[in-house]
Amino acid sequence: MNDMKTFDIEKVRADFPIFAREVHGRPLIYLDSGASAQKPTVVLDAVQKAYAETYANVHRGVHYLSQTSTELYEASRETIRAHMNAASIDEVIFTKNATESINLVAYSYGAANLKEGDEIILSTLEHHSNIVPWQLIAEKTGAVVKAVPIDEHGEFMLDAYLEMLGPRTKIVAVTHISNAIGTIVPVREVIDAAHDAGAVVLIDGSQAVPHMKIDMQALGADFYVFTGHKVFGPTGIGVLYGKAALLDKMPPFLGGGDMINRVTFEKTTFAKGHSKFEAGTPPIVQAIGLGTAIDYVNAIGFDKIAAHEQMLLAYATEQLSQINSLRIIGQAKHKAAIISFTLDDVHPHDIGTIVDRAGVAIRVGHHCAQPLMDHFDVAATARASFALYNNRADVDALVASIRDVQEIFG
Amino acid sequence: MFDDLRELYQEVILDHSKHPRNFRHPEDANHEAHGYNPLCGDTVNVYLKMGHNGLIEDAAFEGKGCAISLASASMMTEIIKGKTETQAKTIFDGFQKLVKGEDDNFDAGEDTERLMVLAGVKQFPMRVKCATLARHAMSSAMDGAEETSTE
Repeated sequence: MNDMKTFDIEKVRADFPIFAREVHGRPLIYLDSGASAQKPTVVLDAVQKAYAETYANVHRGVHYLSQTSTELYEASRETIRAHMNAASIDEVIFTKNATESINLVAYSYGAANLKEGDEIILSTLEHHSNIVPWQLIAEKTGAVVKAVPIDEHGEFMLDAYLEMLGPRTKIVAVTHISNAIGTIVPVREVIDAAHDAGAVVLIDGSQAVPHMKIDMQALGADFYVFTGHKVFGPTGIGVLYGKAALLDKMPPFLGGGDMINRVTFEKTTFAKGHSKFEAGTPPIVQAIGLGTAIDYVNAIGFDKIAAHEQMLLAYATEQLSQINSLRIIGQAKHKAAIISFTLDDVHPHDIGTIVDRAGVAIRVGHHCAQPLMDHFDVAATARASFALYNNRADVDALVASIRDVQEIFG
Repeated sequence: MFDDLRELYQEVILDHSKHPRNFRHPEDANHEAHGYNPLCGDTVNVYLKMGHNGLIEDAAFEGKGCAISLASASMMTEIIKGKTETQAKTIFDGFQKLVKGEDDNFDAGEDTERLMVLAGVKQFPMRVKCATLARHAMSSAMDGAEETSTE
C-alpha cells in the first residue's frame, strides 16, 4: 500500500508486480492503460482472499460465509458511493462493464422514454460503446441520433452543442474524456445546458475515473458509468450511477434472481433500489476487488496522481513533438495523459509491432472510435496512454522505439 | 534491432508497401471484392479481369493498410496475373498456411521464393490477418462475393 505524503513513483511501481517481468527480453514499458490498467498487489490479494477465505454467494443464505461475502460486496458498493459522492447506495449499480451500464440505460430508460422524432445527442469523441447502444434503441423507438462536432484540435464544440439542444432533445450521452485522443469534455457545462433543455445526461467516465476525482453532487449527471478494469480493478465489473428519482421509475433491464420482490406465474413484482438492476449472481469478487482498487488510488490521492500524469503528458508531448514526421492527433487544451499519433508513411500497426519488440506496449488501431478517426481522416493511430505507474523513462523508451521504426522504414 | 523484425520488414516488403504494384482500378475488371479487417480498419479492393477458361488477364488493387497488407496485396497481384483461377487459389491456400506457420514445406513453384519473403509473419500471430486480407478478397472476387471480412 502506498501511503507516503509525496508521490514516490518507485514505490507506486513496486505496488504493481507485473513491472517485475520482461517482454521480449526488455523491461515492460506499459503505455496501454487506456485499454486496461495493470493491477496492484492489494487488489490481487483482495481477490485471492475473497475466493480463499470468505467466498459464498451473496444476498442468499443465512450461513456465515454468505453473510461475510454479502458484507464485503456491499462494503465495496459503499466505497464506490463515497468515492463518487452519490447520495445513496441505491444509486450505485454493479454491472459487468461500462458497455453494459450504457446498454442498461439505453434499453431501460431509453426504451421507456423515447418516442419517434426525439433526439439523442452524442459527440464525435465517443467510443463505439456510447454510440451503438443508442443507435439500436433509436432504431426501435424512432428516435434520432445526432453527434456534436469537434474542431481540428479535437475540442468538443460547446457552441455547436448548445445550438443542437432543443425541445426534442431527450438524452445527451457524452464521454468525460476521449479514450482515443484524451480530450477532457466540459461535462459540467454539457450537463447544465442539457438540464435547461429538459434532457437527461449520461456521462461515460471510463477514462476519467483512473485520472481524476469525480463528484456526482458537483457534476449533476443523471447517469455516470465506468468500468473497473481501467481503474486498476478486475475485469468483469462496471458501475452505473443513476439518480434515484430516475432509477425508481425505470423498468428492469435483465430479469432473473435477486431482482424480484415476489414471483408468481401471473405477475412478478420487482425489488427496489439497486437490486432491481442486478439480476442473477453478481460479479462478487470483482466488486470486492474494485472497492480495494478505489481505496488504493484514494490512499495515494488524485491531486498527486493528476499532477504526476500531467507532468508525463507534458514531457511526452514535448519529446514526441521533436520526432520528424510524427503528428499528434488531438491537441485539446485540457487533456488527460493520452497521446494519439501517426507517423508519415508508416501504418500504426507496423509501429505497434516494432515498438513491441522493444518491450513497449501501445495500442494501435481505431480505438473503437471510428467516427473520430474519420474526423481526422485517418484509419488508425498509435496511442500511448499513461497511468500513475508510468515514469519519464517510459517516455524515453517510447521515443527510442519510434526511432527504431524510422530506422526500419528508412 | 531484432532479427525477427528485420526478417518481417525486409527490403522487398518495404519496397512493395511504399510503391505498390498494380495499385489501380482497371475499367475492364469483371470481378471485384472488398476486403475489410474490422479490428484495425484496413481495407483492400481487389479487381480481376477474368478471361475465358478461368485465366486471370489482369489483377489490381486499391486500399489502405499496413506495410504487410499492402506488400502482400501488391505481390499477389503480380503473381496471379497470367495464372488460372485454380492455380491462384492453390498458391494462396498454401501461402495462408505458410504465414500461419502451418506449413514448413511451402511450394508455389516458381513463385515460392518471392512469397517466402512474407514467411516472417508467422513469428507475429497478430499480423497474419494483415498478410491474408488481400488473399481473402481475391477468393471472394473469384467466387462472386462482393465483400469479405477477416472476422
